Amino acid sequence: MKVPLSWLREYVDLPAVTAHEVADRLTAAGLKLEAVHSHGHEIKNVVVGRVLEIEELTGFKKPIRYCKVEVGEATPREIVCGARNFSEGAVVPVALPGAVLPGGFEISSRKTYGRISDGMICSEAELGIAESSAGILLLPQDTPIGADVVELLGLRDDVIELEVATDRGYALSIRGVAREAAIAFGVPFRDPAAIEVPVGEGESWPASIADPTACDRFVLRSVTGFDPAAETPLWMRVRLARAGMRSVSLAVDVTNYVMLEFGQPLHAFDRSRLSGPIVVRRARPGEKLETLDHVVRTLHEEDILITDDSGPISMAGTMGGLHTEISDTTTDIVIEAAHFSATGIARESRRHNLVSEASKRFERGVDRELPLAASWRAVQLLAELGGAAVDPGVTHAQVEVSPVRITIPADYPGRVAGVPYERETVIRRLEQIGCVVTEGAVPAASAGQGVATTGVLASGDLADRLAVPGDDPITVTPPTWRPDLTDPNDLAEEVIRLEGYDRIPSVLPPAPAGGGLTEEQRLRRRVGRALAHAGYVEVLSYPFMGPRDLDNLLLPEQDPRRRATRLVNPLSEDEPYMRTTLLPGLLKTLVRNVGRGFADVALFESGLVYRPEPDAPATAPVLAVDRRPTEEELAAIETALPRQPLRVAVVLAGEFERSGWWGKGRQACWADAVEAARTVARAAGVELGVRADQHEPWHPGRCAALTVADAETGEEVVIGHAGELHPRVVEAYGLPPRTCAMELELSLLRPAGPVQTPAVSAYPVATQDVALVVSASTPVAEVEAALRAGAGELLESIRLFDVYTGPQVGEGNKSLAYTLRFRAPDRTLTVEETTAARDAAVALAAERTGAQLRGA
Amino acid sequence: MSNTYDPVEVTPLHADEVARAQADALAAIAAARDLDELKQVRLAHAGDRSPIALANREIGALPPAARAEAGKRIGAARKAIGQALAARQAELEAERDARVLIEETVDVTLPWDRAPRGARHPLTTLQERIADAFVAMGYEVAEGPELEGEWFNFDALNIAPDHPARSDHDTFFVESVDSGKVLRTQTSPVQVRALLSRPLPVYVVSPGKTFRTDELDATHTPVFHQVEGLAVDKGLTMAHLKGTLDRFAEVMFGPGITTRFRPHYFPFTEPSAELDLRCFVCRGSSAVPGNPPCRTCKSEGWIEWGGCGMVNPRVLLACGVDPAVYSGFAFGMGVERTLMFRHNAEDMRDMVEGDIRFTLPFGMEV
Repeated sequence: MKVPLSWLREYVDLPAVTAHEVADRLTAAGLKLEAVHSHGHEIKNVVVGRVLEIEELTGFKKPIRYCKVEVGEATPREIVCGARNFSEGAVVPVALPGAVLPGGFEISSRKTYGRISDGMICSEAELGIAESSAGILLLPQDTPIGADVVELLGLRDDVIELEVATDRGYALSIRGVAREAAIAFGVPFRDPAAIEVPVGEGESWPASIADPTACDRFVLRSVTGFDPAAETPLWMRVRLARAGMRSVSLAVDVTNYVMLEFGQPLHAFDRSRLSGPIVVRRARPGEKLETLDHVVRTLHEEDILITDDSGPISMAGTMGGLHTEISDTTTDIVIEAAHFSATGIARESRRHNLVSEASKRFERGVDRELPLAASWRAVQLLAELGGAAVDPGVTHAQVEVSPVRITIPADYPGRVAGVPYERETVIRRLEQIGCVVTEGAVPAASAGQGVATTGVLASGDLADRLAVPGDDPITVTPPTWRPDLTDPNDLAEEVIRLEGYDRIPSVLPPAPAGGGLTEEQRLRRRVGRALAHAGYVEVLSYPFMGPRDLDNLLLPEQDPRRRATRLVNPLSEDEPYMRTTLLPGLLKTLVRNVGRGFADVALFESGLVYRPEPDAPATAPVLAVDRRPTEEELAAIETALPRQPLRVAVVLAGEFERSGWWGKGRQACWADAVEAARTVARAAGVELGVRADQHEPWHPGRCAALTVADAETGEEVVIGHAGELHPRVVEAYGLPPRTCAMELELSLLRPAGPVQTPAVSAYPVATQDVALVVSASTPVAEVEAALRAGAGELLESIRLFDVYTGPQVGEGNKSLAYTLRFRAPDRTLTVEETTAARDAAVALAAERTGAQLRGA
Repeated sequence: MSNTYDPVEVTPLHADEVARAQADALAAIAAARDLDELKQVRLAHAGDRSPIALANREIGALPPAARAEAGKRIGAARKAIGQALAARQAELEAERDARVLIEETVDVTLPWDRAPRGARHPLTTLQERIADAFVAMGYEVAEGPELEGEWFNFDALNIAPDHPARSDHDTFFVESVDSGKVLRTQTSPVQVRALLSRPLPVYVVSPGKTFRTDELDATHTPVFHQVEGLAVDKGLTMAHLKGTLDRFAEVMFGPGITTRFRPHYFPFTEPSAELDLRCFVCRGSSAVPGNPPCRTCKSEGWIEWGGCGMVNPRVLLACGVDPAVYSGFAFGMGVERTLMFRHNAEDMRDMVEGDIRFTLPFGMEV
């Protein structure tokens, strides 16, 4: 809302303060300053002049005039002008040499079109009144020559632009802002709407409300003999421009002016285009209306319409119809001022994607008591400025609405704020905003119910449950311009904000007994730190993906990762799905880094994936809000939502250990990816199983399934995969060759319980090396598991220190060299004991995997 | 005893012979240039075949009366040689050690970036730091799904379907249009989940991902992070809210930070406020007309940090909490904005793109 300070001052006796000081007080009251626009302060030396003579210059690309202009000086000025919308005798604004126009544009005497131009004749645009103008500004003939134009037109003004929250519809008017300013400065407020409105004689045009849920007040007034050629006076044009509205025609400008001033949207109909009585009703199937913007709109049966015998003539509170629009021949005008349902207009506006100044106000709440006064003000202006005669009649259709009444203990605002307010203060503040405050309580159930307030209106039952216990009740009837005030807390806010949020003390509540982070939350942090310490850089990519990703990852048709949640309005049509795997985002981020010159990249991400269940209900119910939902109702929402497990993934390419002066580095390989999974598992204190697997998007020969044992059954649970990516995946994403990746579901990695302290033996270690020959296809993990199991309790550790293939071990075989370390908790082991343990280990390895002791 | 004595055979024991052998030995020891040469000298002059050792063996051939004197002479010579050897040994060893250590000198300024360097994303670690600030005040960290039921994201928070506040949230809807599912536009639905699932009183903080259909630019990203706080207990007031947020601001930005509550509207809190911070850059001076403008606060002197207020009793009702007994406060801040203020991050796109140059300097914690 843009509020010219001069307009505001008409209704508030503001002290001599700057626009910024006014804005600061309004901001503190909840109308936040967006910007102060200063107008006209820089304009100087622009005076009123009269064109005495016009000489037409020819021979130029366009016709040019050389004018003699009297500006109240001893001799007339000679000025070159390109505009043609004036004749000799015209009264015009003249910028004299040395003048400054908006934007710091300086005027000087200069030679142009072969003549000396001693100033400039100005248009509205050049004076900062309009965005653009077709010609120069013509002033009334009786304007005093030589007068200062800035003073004359009131061009010097500050405009305060305020951010108006969605519940404060009243502040979308000079009237509403003036009231707040008056309270903020403690000065009197003159209500522009408090005008005497004569009782009408008869109807101005027959009208009725057919749907009381759509509209609870409908007022029509009319004028005749309006001069369609009458122009909007400059003062009004300036004000409209300052408030951010374009001047259209006098009739339309008047409706806009009154809307800005009062906050009541008005609509003007060409009376000659109406046929039969007007009815306010909902649309009927198939009805259409061509609106002012020349769009033919198919109406929805909930749309609120103004209709006559011809059908719809206006979309209520949103946009008028083209057929009944005021034209440049309209002489008889019907002005509509109504109070429509806020939710009704909100829906209508959203359904048709049509936001107008009227709809903005209606959906935020308009004063129900304004239509009679606002329409009267409008017809008065049409009479005064357009020579129209006001018809004596007024049409007033309405639906009975009982006012909302709220009972609170007088100390309640103080209880909410945490600072006590005097009883008198509470009542005074509530009265300042227009409430009527009475002593004592009314039963909550008798609180009224309007048609068109914003928000959910308290039903009697809900009001009962919102009632505040306490002594010394006062009953508050909010003013009609504050439909947002429905609950005890709304009243508390009014008192607290007017007393000043800065007066609330700062008090730390006593600390509750918290339990700290959960094990899962700690694990998440450990995993992140462990991967970062291992050399991975964390990224947070957008959790979207597209069908191309599913193909690029080579996912088979039945792969569950293809079952993705789709968005109605995705950021990009290329990525309409919620990710089912972290890999697409990570791979694209890797490509981006490589593209920016970083060949060696290791990244990780931890985040949710979205996995809809195949048999989940399509919709999540929207439950009631006046009570706690039942467990069944809540479960109905949960089952409709996709499963959203937490995953962690890494991708890496290039050198994982860098080359340098120390020698050659090491390319990232499948083993790094598997090790990343072990890093994660170690952070959880869980032993990770690794076995060969084939799983997209990994290289079928270089892919490991990552497993853990189920805590109860001991059964293997696959929690993810790691290894080198399939070459076709590498190609599809444009990745560096042999890019590797790991992804696992952290939600499946239950942190192990507290670590059990190991016994540390002080007896000496006994070491035995064995070399075993196995088939090249035998997984090392199986050999090691057999050695471990066979070696028994004396085994302290086992380490594979060499893998050899070559002629000595035979074609298709490999030799695995292990160091086994043995130690007993209570004695020094004898050679016989360790040899026996080693032999047992080798024997079990031989039995399980066919391993042969090398050289045996 | 029929020993005969041959004076010729015991020539080595003559005093001048012993003296010569000693002098030769000492000269050789002094002449040894390194430990190897000294080893040879030791063999030659103190070894079993050295003149002095041979002379020593002859003592037995002397007449008993002469043995003591000869023995004394030889002993003195051997002692002198031994001492000289030890001294020279020590000297040469010291020389060698000094030389070797100098030879082994390396350039310790050589770079060593062999192992890859990693880092955590500052938005993650900032969320952790925020959580820690509240955990220290007794809060627990609550969580909720990112793809959320509309009821949780809007209705239960008193944002009615036709309320203009709902269209303020540029929402990502999940197919189909009336699915009742959205990407959560705020972390506030976690308030509802916490109240429905936890015993009272509830003090929770909830950092997390949120979504709105904004275009990505320097100050907007459609996927962003918020931190939500909720306290519901008996007797909580706006003063408690202010105290909590003042403490939080101090933990985040250091002592001396100035905050301001400004009335605002949120459907799920009443009364509601925006929490502003005194501009870090101009300290508010730019708001005074005539002073130089400030880009950071657009010369308002304050920057908006988050929203807050007393939990709307309607929200308590929807969660089954009796507003006649309990009251509460709630607040929410943008994590990206907090990062911008706290670390002078200027462009949100950097937080999104995953360029390692952005993330690496933040290390393991912020």
